Parts: sequence; structure tokens; C-alpha cells
Amino acid sequence: MTEQQQNQGASHGFNAGARKQGPHARRDIRSEDIAIEVDKLSLWYGNDQALKEVSMQIPRKRVTAFIGPSGCGKSTLLRCMNRMNELIDTCRISGQIRLDGNDIDDPAMDVPELRRRVGMVFQKPNPFPKSIYENVAYGLRLQGVRKRSILDEVVEKSLRRAALWDEVKDRLNTNAFGLSGGQQQRLVIARAIAIEPEVLLLDEPASALDPLATLKIEELMFELKEYYTIVIVTHNMQQAARVSDYTAYMYLGEMIEFNDTDTLFTNAARKETEDYITGRHG
Amino acid sequence: MRDWFKQGTPWIWLNAGAVALSLVMVIGLVGHIAFNGLQHFWPRDLVAFEYSEPDRDPVQVLGEVDRTESLTGRAAAERGFRLETEDELVTRHRIKRGNRDVTDRDFVWYLEQHMGAWHYPEDAVRLERRQWGDFYGFLDEVRVDGEVVAEGEAAWDRFEELFAENRPRIQEIGRIERIEIGNVNAELEEVRLAQRRLAADETITQEARTEREAALQIQRDELEEQYAELEDRRNELLERIARYQVVLSTIEGHEVTHGMGDIVKPSRPNQMSVVDKSIFYVGEFWDFVSGYPREANTEGGILPAIFGTVLMTLIMAVFVTPFGVLAAIYLSEYAKQGPLVRMIRISVNNLAGVPSIVFGVFGLGFFVYLLGGAIDELFFAERLPAPTLGKGAVLWASLTLALLTLPVVIVSTEEGLSRIPGSIRHGSLALGATKAEMLWRTVLPLATPAMITGLILAVARAAGEVAPLMLVGVVKLAPQLPIDGNFPFIHVDRSFMHLGFHIYDVGFQSPNVEAGRPLVYATALILVMVIIVLNLTAVAIRNRLREKYRAESD
Repeated sequence: MTEQQQNQGASHGFNAGARKQGPHARRDIRSEDIAIEVDKLSLWYGNDQALKEVSMQIPRKRVTAFIGPSGCGKSTLLRCMNRMNELIDTCRISGQIRLDGNDIDDPAMDVPELRRRVGMVFQKPNPFPKSIYENVAYGLRLQGVRKRSILDEVVEKSLRRAALWDEVKDRLNTNAFGLSGGQQQRLVIARAIAIEPEVLLLDEPASALDPLATLKIEELMFELKEYYTIVIVTHNMQQAARVSDYTAYMYLGEMIEFNDTDTLFTNAARKETEDYITGRHG
Repeated sequence: MRDWFKQGTPWIWLNAGAVALSLVMVIGLVGHIAFNGLQHFWPRDLVAFEYSEPDRDPVQVLGEVDRTESLTGRAAAERGFRLETEDELVTRHRIKRGNRDVTDRDFVWYLEQHMGAWHYPEDAVRLERRQWGDFYGFLDEVRVDGEVVAEGEAAWDRFEELFAENRPRIQEIGRIERIEIGNVNAELEEVRLAQRRLAADETITQEARTEREAALQIQRDELEEQYAELEDRRNELLERIARYQVVLSTIEGHEVTHGMGDIVKPSRPNQMSVVDKSIFYVGEFWDFVSGYPREANTEGGILPAIFGTVLMTLIMAVFVTPFGVLAAIYLSEYAKQGPLVRMIRISVNNLAGVPSIVFGVFGLGFFVYLLGGAIDELFFAERLPAPTLGKGAVLWASLTLALLTLPVVIVSTEEGLSRIPGSIRHGSLALGATKAEMLWRTVLPLATPAMITGLILAVARAAGEVAPLMLVGVVKLAPQLPIDGNFPFIHVDRSFMHLGFHIYDVGFQSPNVEAGRPLVYATALILVMVIIVLNLTAVAIRNRLREKYRAESD
């Protein structure tokens, strides 16, 4: 199956569910509580500028999607939000990202603490080669939690929230690599939410999964936005349309348009956006 | 033909051929060592014949056939044999006739054409002796206190009986000499050192000094008394054993008298069945691996050498693993990758190509003289001028080999670290782990199999290394094992014996090369087995870890 076909499969699979949920309520960013504020953020890899003065506001407990063609900088922007971009040596930034009003690039910022507050799920499932239980408990153990009862409770709660509990409850002590790709991705989500982050960054979480697993992840996002601010990067426009409340369209490192999802998809203000959405570009 | 090439068939043949060649060489080498090493312990029949060279008096010969070869008559003549004609191929046999105390050479070549009929005398006796190597001959009589108690056919049974009776006494003498007197000596040495310390101590008052001196003197007297007691006990045992004697004669008619204490193992191979021989064989092999060497290492066992090899390798592993792993972690995880790190890496890799004797010289200069000398002056001043660590020692040998094998561990650990996927590192960091936490909790456990691979390679290299060890602690014959019952139990300051050096020593430095040759093979076999055992242990550990962290292929 090519990626194209997979995505189509995903959209068919999900449309049925989406109809049941009904269309999104039309939202307005001005009435939202803002969790993350990006202010004129520019970023260079060596001499290549990957982000050009991007500014946006990400509302709390909503799903915000970044769409755009490959290489447009959407993953880079996402990685800036928990400073994972720093792992690349040649990376420089200017501008600000504020989490609850605090500059996260402040040298005094405690980076591990920031990453605890801003969790991240990657494109490819990356469970640790440990048991399912230890994967979920990893973040807590980092914080020094040793008490078995607390660990048990959090592991169960996180796995339930990630809609994985029923599938794995009988084999918590088996190696996480024994799970299917979709289960692994939900495990990784459970691992991320076990430490109660405020924000959850999802970097194309479903691109390596089959349609059914994709559906599950998407359903999960509806559940999770009740607790967390979710930012998702996706290649798949239908997915963005289905799961997100707000959508940003990026192109060549610039934020072309950012609006609530319904407006962006039905009535784009910029022609480039409309072209991309309707498939005339990208 | 072109299709044949296109399909890659020659390529497959080439690959398979390389594998086959390696296999043949490995199996051939190990097989050769094993065959020659293992057959040495088999009790061969004793052959007797009359040897009459032209124009010489015939001689009687008794011994084991050691080797047989064919050569041209001329070559034989050049080797000093007398022949009627030089035009034919002749066969010669090398006979181990033993009896080094009465004959001057125990391995002698004889031409087959001058031999009389071979026969295997039923009552031929082979004695493994504490001195002078093996004896081949016949048992005449058994004496107790100078009186003949048995002769002829009955003598053998009586001899075996008395030998069994005296065996515990012989063993006890060995124990007294090796362990008990050693212990008392160690304690005496402690007292002597305490006395010297006291003499050198100027802060102490006259009164306290006298008191301490008196106490030490008492201690010393007690120990000397113990020593005398042990000596008495040993002498008493020796005397009792000396009452029993056997009189034997060689086939040429020389008479030899032996006390029971001189004999290690008597046997009559010509009367033994295959089962008897097998039992004897196992016993011989066991004595070899569990015994102490005799006769300039050409006889007896190699226990101290096995012990020294294993201990040295283990101490080396204890040093090289943490050191190499830490260095590799810094190089691949923390150091800023740049020309400097690249240079360090190249230097480390090149270190692996430095001839090992250079490490030996470095070890001698740096560890033994500089470090050891300094430590002696600081901590063992009372023993000077006798060096404690300022001489070859198992510690310095281990450290030298640790340096030698460091590159292997660093390279394979770095390799292992670089193979841990970025996604796992990022996953850990994204959960709020610091870099150190990420390394400790996730990356290093995953890299342990690679570290152990490095250790396996290091052990294989170190256990077989000889040249550097000769400079930093290996000796031909170590009086004491580096581990014993005296505090602090592991004596890293002692010199030690090593299988590799033992091979060199017995094979090339020994006064009796022929007698030593089978032992060289046997020792080589044991060395290979020791390395295999050490490696298998490490491999087992690695496989268990791999199983634990096994990632499905993705």
C-alpha cells in the first residue's frame, strides 16, 4: 500500500465516526485561554533559515494542527516548543516562545522541567526496550517516584486514557516491542501523559500507522483534549480537518494562515492556503 | 559464462571458500593441539628389545615408542647410525627409555633394522618420580627397615599396598610444606616488620617501646616454636616413609633404590586393560591440571599457571571495563565532535597496533619502577630494600594488559553507543530526563552487550599475551599462589605463573626439550580451554542481556 492509499483508507474509516460526532463548533481564538505564544520566532540550521518570524497563539485544551508541505518547518516549530531543537548543534533561534507567559528560552529555564510540562510524541513509535509497565512508569521514575501503589495507579490511569488498558492489562510485564505499531504509538502517548504534562506535542503521530490504528489515535485526541493542550503536525489534511479546532498552514518557514479549522478549510483568507487544501499545490 | 558471473555464483563460491578455509585452519590447529596434548597422558605399553648395531655390543632397551619416522639410508648415516648399505629407506623409532639418573639421555633413536624382536614384558614397571623423570624397569624387592619383605611376583602387590599406606603421609608433608609452614612464615614476617617499624618509630617513649618489644618477642618466640613443631612433624613423617623402600633394576641391570617418598605414581602399563588405562588416563590428566610443577616445569601439573592466567585476566577485566566504558562514553556522548576528538580516536585505535612488548616495557618503567617504587617508599618502607610492589606483580601485569586492551573496549563501546537509535534518546529526553539520566537509564543498559563484546575481545587478547608479561610479573616458577588463606587473601603484589609463558618456558627454555614437548601441547590445550571458558561466560552474560533488551527489527 502506498502512503496515498493509506491516507485515503484512513479518511474513509474515520468519516463514519466523524459524522456521528457532528461538525465542529465554530471557534474564535480571541475568546480562548492562550497556553503558548510564539512571538516572531526565527530559526536557522547553520545558514539555512527554517522558520521566518513565525507568530501564533495556541489555545489551552484545544487541538491545534500544523499543516503544510514537507520541509515547511512545521515539525521544527513543534520541536521549538519543548526545546528539542537544541539537540541539533547548528541550530540558532531568535524571537520568543512563551509558555503561560514565561519565555521558555530563558537561560534560567529548567529544560527537563519544561519537557515534563510539554510532552512529545514522535512520528515513529519509540517505546523503550523495557516492559509495557516500565515504559509508562519511566517519567515517574525519573521524578523519583518509587512507591509501587502510586506507580500502579498512574500506569493504569495513563493506559486507560490512551485507550490501551484493555488490550495490555494482562501483559504489562512483557516487552513493549511485542505490541503492534498502533499499540506502540498509544503506549508512547500513555508514557507522555503519565507525567501529567500541560501540553502534548504530536509530530505526525499516525503517519507510520495503518488506517485502523490511525483512527484510534484520532479518536484518542478527542478524549485527550479535555485534559491537555494538543499540538499536532500532520501531512494529512483530512486528519487536520477531523481532529483539530485550530489549524495553521505553513509554507517555506512562514506562517501563511492561522485560523479556526472550519474557517481555514471552508473559507481560507489566503489563496495559497486554498490551493494547498484543494490539492492544487504541494 | 557471463550469466554464471552475473548470477553471483563465483562470488558465493569465493565467500564459502573463505569460510571453509578459516574453518579448516581453526579445526586443524585446535585438533593438532588437542591430539598431541591429550595423548601424552595415555599410558603406553613398554616395549623391550635387544639392539645390536654392527661392530658394537648389543644393548637391552626398555621404553615407550615415542615417535617413528622413515628416512633415507644416507640421512641415517649422517645422523651417526651404522648401516651396511646406504641405498635403502630405513625406519627409526625414538624410544623414551627414561631413567635419566642412570642413562644420560632419556630419548634415543634406534634403527628398526638393528632391533631384535619386540616384546612387552608383563612385569615391566613405570614409576613417575619426584626427581629424574620416569623410571622404566623391573621391581626386585620391597624392603621395610632394610629387611626384605617381598620379592619377585609378590613384590608388586606388597609395594602397591605400602604405597597406598604411605600416600596420606606424603600428602601431609606436601600440605605442611606448602600451606602450614607458609602461614607461619607469613606471620613471622608480620612480626619482623612490626619490629622494624618499632625500631624506626621515634615518637614512642622508651617505656612503651620496651613493652611493645617484649610483646613482639613473645609473639615471635611462639611462632618460632610453632615452626619448629611443624618441622618436627614433617621430619617424623619423612622418617616413617623412609622406612619403606623398593629396589628396582633397569633392563641393563643397574640397580636403583627408591623410598616411597620419591615415587609419585607407579604403574605396570603392559598389564593394564583398556579400562584400567582409561582410569589411569583421567587420573593423569587431573594431576596435570590440579598439580604443581616439578623438575623445571617439565613434569607435574600446571595449576599455578592456570590460576595465574585466570586471576590476571579477571583483574584486568575489572580494570579495563569501567575505564574503557567511561572513556568511550565521554568520547561519543559528551565530547564536542571535532578534529581533537577525531585525533584522540585515531590515537586510541592506533594504540591497538603497538607491539605488545612495548606495553611491557612501559609497564616495567611506569608501573613497576615508578608507581611500585613510590608505593613501596610510602607504604612499605619497613620492608625496604626488599621491594613489595616495586617488582613484577600480578597487579602490574593486569594493569599493563588493561592498557593493551583498552582500545578494544573503547572502540566496541563507542560502536554500541552509536547504534542506539536517536528516537530512543529523544523519547527519554522528551519525558524530562536530563542527559545523564537518559544515558544511565536508557542508553547504557542498551549498550551493555557491546561493552561485553569489547570485554570478550579484550579477554581473548589478554589471556593469550605473553611478551609484555615477562617484564611485569610472570615468572618461571612462583613459590606461592597469588591467593591463599593469609590476609588479605588476594596478594596482588606477588609474581605469578602464566600458561602462555609456561608454554614458552617448557618449550624453549627447558633443559629437556623432548620431555617437555607433550606438556607444551597439553598446556596450550589448557590455555585454549581457559580462554574458551572465559569467553563463553562473557558470551552467556551478553546473550542474557541481549535477550532482555531485544528490539524487534524495525
